[in-house]
Amino acid sequence: MAKEKLPALAKRSLFDENQVLRQILGICSALAVTNLMTNSLVMGLGVTFATALSTFTLSLMRNLIPQRVRMLVQTLVIAAYVILVDLALRAFVPEISKALGPYVGLIITNCIVMGRAEAYAQKNPPIPALLDGLFSGLGYTLVILAVAFIRELLGFGTVFNYRVMPESFEPWTIMIMPPAAFFIIGSMIWFLNARKLRREAEKGGK
Amino acid sequence: MDYSPINPWVIFFASILTSNMIFANFLGMCSFISVSGEYKTASGLGKAVTMVLAITSGVNWLIYHYIILPLDIVYLRNIVFIMVIAALVQILELFLDRYAPDLHAKLGIFLPLITVNCAILGATLFMVIRNYSFLQAILFGLGSGLGWWLAIVMLAAIREKIAKAKMPPGLQGPAITFIITGIMAMAFIGFSGIFQVQ
Repeated sequence: MAKEKLPALAKRSLFDENQVLRQILGICSALAVTNLMTNSLVMGLGVTFATALSTFTLSLMRNLIPQRVRMLVQTLVIAAYVILVDLALRAFVPEISKALGPYVGLIITNCIVMGRAEAYAQKNPPIPALLDGLFSGLGYTLVILAVAFIRELLGFGTVFNYRVMPESFEPWTIMIMPPAAFFIIGSMIWFLNARKLRREAEKGGK
Repeated sequence: MDYSPINPWVIFFASILTSNMIFANFLGMCSFISVSGEYKTASGLGKAVTMVLAITSGVNWLIYHYIILPLDIVYLRNIVFIMVIAALVQILELFLDRYAPDLHAKLGIFLPLITVNCAILGATLFMVIRNYSFLQAILFGLGSGLGWWLAIVMLAAIREKIAKAKMPPGLQGPAITFIITGIMAMAFIGFSGIFQVQ
């Protein structure tokens, strides 16, 4: 697994094993911040940064940590990086930091970060672990941007705060409310699952 | 927004119904989706979450106001909160094991899971950001826990009913769970006329 080539690793982390849609991890923030694309982009980058650097650090330390306290060490390393993200956002984009509210701090308990630390960084050298974390984070960013695109376009008529829909467009209020987030992610999982099942059926038929 | 004049009991009921952890704040989703397959287990996890939420909200409030603020280490608050939660869950587990073995046997396996349940840390962060008083914080924690329990029990009951229903193969499992949750969230919006404190 450690010798996995970069394109294969990227494809696996971004699509085949996408953390949100295939592993159903990191759902909380994926649902909560996706009513605006700007917020989602910032959140996605924050998660990517925290995942990549904490898998890298934990992989460097992997032979030093006793098995019994590894969860504690993982949580502490992740929390340290999340604090960095939190402070950086508060300093450079205070408006967005305010809109994201507790969800930045909640990256600590985001299952993606913990999941990659536990599943990959423990057994692999630092550089692959860094790339794995990076692409897992990017896979998350990709999904939440897609969800936010649908919600912002239909809910406000805008994309990244630029109006793209004509003035006569009536915004769908449901899109900016919680239920739409569930419906969109549910449909995306359905679509991907159905596609995967169809491919497997085709392979099996040959 | 100033939250101090709000009656703590209003916060309590609002956190169960209108600002429900799952349907309005999307917290604790990972375990909500993965542990809701069976009614009994779901209810067990719900009880454990309620207990931990109520206790951690109170303890974290005390720690925030009497340790973090006087020492001026607000930038460390996330790390302190997560450690307090981890420690409290451990203590609670030992305590239950010693004094309530029945309950421990039922909830035991869920307790370690709860440390990384984002609803717990989320409730603490909400409470800090909104500057709740001590009583408000405890009732908010308890209410959020009850709301979470209510949500997972409802979802588990529905999922048990539809377990054998026919549906497109891709829709089975997580996909249909999300859609059911969406419909439940829509139903919960109906409560929002009663009180609005978010």
